[in-house]
Amino acid sequence: MKAIHNLLESVKPHFEEGGKLSSLWVVFDSLETFAFTPGHVTHSGAHIRDGIDLKRTMFLVIVAMLPCLLFGMWNIGHQYHLSLGTPSSIIANVMVGAWKVTPLIVVSYGVGLGIEFLFAGMRGHSINEGYLVSGMLIPLIMPVDVPLWMVALAVAFAVVVAKEVFGGTGMNILNVALTARAFLFFAYPKQLSGEIWIHDVATSKAGGLLVDGYTGATALGHLAGTVGMAASEASSTTMSLFEQGGMFSLGNCFLGLIPGSVGETSALACLLGAAMLIWTGIGSWRIIGSFLAGGLVMGFLFNLIGANAYMTISPVHQVVMGGFMFGMVFMATDPVSAAQTNRGKLWYGFFGGLFSIMIRVFNPAYPEGVMMAILFMNVMAPLIDHYVIEANIKRREKRLTPVAA
Amino acid sequence: MDKSDSVLHEYFRRTRLPLAWKPLDMSNTLRIKKGVDIRLAGEPSLHCDNSPHPKVVAIQPTDFHGLTPKLVVKEGSSVQVGDALFYDKTFTTVMFASPVSGTVKEIVRGAKRRILAVTVESDGANTARDFGPWNGGDRESLVAHLAAGGVFGAMRQRPFDVLANPADTPRAIYVSGFDSAPLAVDTALAVDGKIEHLQRGIDALGQLAGSGGVHVGLRQGDNTLASLQGCTLTSFDGPHPSGNVSVQIHHTAPINKGEVLWTIGLQDVINLGSFLQTGRYSADRVVALGGSEMVNPRHVRTIAGSQLCDIGVAAKEGARIISGSVLTGITAGKDGFLGAFSTQVVALPEGHEPKFLLTDGWLSPGLDKFSVSRAYPTWLMPKKKQYTLDTNQNGEDRAFVVSGQYEAVFPFDIYPVHLIKSIMVNDIDAMEKLGIYEVAPEDFALCEFVCTSKIPVQSIVREGLDALKLELG
Repeated sequence: MKAIHNLLESVKPHFEEGGKLSSLWVVFDSLETFAFTPGHVTHSGAHIRDGIDLKRTMFLVIVAMLPCLLFGMWNIGHQYHLSLGTPSSIIANVMVGAWKVTPLIVVSYGVGLGIEFLFAGMRGHSINEGYLVSGMLIPLIMPVDVPLWMVALAVAFAVVVAKEVFGGTGMNILNVALTARAFLFFAYPKQLSGEIWIHDVATSKAGGLLVDGYTGATALGHLAGTVGMAASEASSTTMSLFEQGGMFSLGNCFLGLIPGSVGETSALACLLGAAMLIWTGIGSWRIIGSFLAGGLVMGFLFNLIGANAYMTISPVHQVVMGGFMFGMVFMATDPVSAAQTNRGKLWYGFFGGLFSIMIRVFNPAYPEGVMMAILFMNVMAPLIDHYVIEANIKRREKRLTPVAA
Repeated sequence: MDKSDSVLHEYFRRTRLPLAWKPLDMSNTLRIKKGVDIRLAGEPSLHCDNSPHPKVVAIQPTDFHGLTPKLVVKEGSSVQVGDALFYDKTFTTVMFASPVSGTVKEIVRGAKRRILAVTVESDGANTARDFGPWNGGDRESLVAHLAAGGVFGAMRQRPFDVLANPADTPRAIYVSGFDSAPLAVDTALAVDGKIEHLQRGIDALGQLAGSGGVHVGLRQGDNTLASLQGCTLTSFDGPHPSGNVSVQIHHTAPINKGEVLWTIGLQDVINLGSFLQTGRYSADRVVALGGSEMVNPRHVRTIAGSQLCDIGVAAKEGARIISGSVLTGITAGKDGFLGAFSTQVVALPEGHEPKFLLTDGWLSPGLDKFSVSRAYPTWLMPKKKQYTLDTNQNGEDRAFVVSGQYEAVFPFDIYPVHLIKSIMVNDIDAMEKLGIYEVAPEDFALCEFVCTSKIPVQSIVREGLDALKLELG
């Protein structure tokens, strides 16, 4: 360590003001602070400080995402082999997944951090850690076969428009990763609704290698297709997939043995992440809990209405399908774009969950309701906080009245 | 209370069901749930030394926020105990007295010739000016007597946490009977043998206070001050900052806009009582010496303004010596002086060494890191484990990212982050609405401690209070 420190110290002068490489100061500084928490001591106020910093916080969020990432990698291989009807091993599955996911991660971090460095350099501040999490979230909410240039474009759009124009980490209104996904969704709707959810499914189809009846659509894609069908027709074709033993049975959806975005399929992996976030106190249990409650309530209400086949899906089944769990655990809990008051978090989460299910059922054009719901609630969060704070102000003013009288 | 009652009481206390459901509770205990006790190594022992008479003392106008000193003495003037050294420019009757007899050694000035300290070299004789015992009189003459005798300067005003205006009549006067900060002074030692003076002081405060009377906050389960008369006693149970006077005010009768409250430290009340009793100015102070770098952590009996090396402060090489608590004190150094409001001196290791990410940085297991979050495994360790924390900031300055962190250690019905943001943008109206009248910078010390983004919260709050005070004139 001493050696690394000495090395950094010895090259430092080149990067400082007047050095040959002073334009790369930001790069040097972020590398140095990455390796060593600086020896800054307190000057004003509290002389001692909590051991936590933003790097640790973000690192723990990434650790919480690992179950989703690892399971996602395996599942890519699993789905691939399933589509071909060939047997496979865990190793073979993970190899396929790693082959697909690694480029996504590289592109996401490469483009995103590149832009961050650029802005940090321009503004003369140090690199913030926010993108460490966004950069891992984005690959996890991408379809497997999404073209890498699209990912790059989406990342660039999200980092610049959703974050940097507002002033960088801590200042953004919308969740950065979801903005990237929303960009793809609206900019390339055709590609995103196409056959990119399972590795190489289009090629396999063209080669006639697909298992009979295999479409490669996601659970929500199937369900969106039922809207407009007569109930009996829907249940005979699609709805049987969601019953016991079907491809999208409750068990399969919970474990995540279904096609979908890279990291979102397994509710179990998401819940492991949730446990980790709540356990460490980094994710808000208020948001996660109320989001789940909101989703279940909406699912239950739809059951009561039962106007079409989609509405008859049980609430529990609704929340383990699609990106609901992933959004709940990793997107809704983003402290910057979520509500900031404890009471506001409960409302924010509840309506987030409620709208997620509502949008996906009501509007089949947006199968991924959770994305729309969370982005919408991101926009609403300041309003929710405003009312919570107003209530607090009213309470204080009320106290004043008897004294004045 | 019989046994079943106390079981019920415990149940209600834990569940925090509405107050009306509680069985009648004579002890009048309030439970403060939010906050944290930072368990630092170097707890001062309950042994109390009498420190030798100081050779030199310093009275530092900077300890009294909002004070602009006007000098009464010159370098070389000879003074007695209780002789005024300077007074306040605004409240010209409020004198600040020398705690020793001797010669004025130096007027220490800083930038723009601002007076930082007046040092007095003691002649060891301790001859005191005699103000005569107080034999009663009206409120006005009592205030004048206290102000002239140099003891009124210890009185602080809420809102703003500044020197009190002797012309005001405060709604109430609050005294916190205990210090909940890490390594704090022990109340029993602080009042040992002085309970009579304390009572005399409380009686005088009763005459100064308005309709709200005098309030003393006690630590639940500590009966040291339970016999005090002429004041409302309220027990507080819970972690730091339950001993902060603002917390005690907030949970009994919060400050409203337009009201004025006074607060004064427990040991200052004793000195006030002693002054009235004997007619002699006294700045006696029991001080806790603690911290992992302090040699022989213990209590000492000395006087405010003493030089730290004189009162037995000995620390390991390179340590930071703080006058006051680790959360709110100022770096004084070995040759520094005990602050006017300090009841503890702490020695901590400096944290100049960069921390390598894997061994003791952000990726390390962190088995010796104290964190209110559960980001390090130390939260699984026994509650009694003591930590050696250094002065490293443990991270770089960032914008607000994490939410809900301050709220967990801030026992007020106030939204701390929103209040701080309103101060940052200097929105006076929002500051008022969000409750700035109720707080002092020290109440945000734990927010500053827990902050992931390392935001200098206390100095921001101080700026806000100053801005508001200026605005209101």
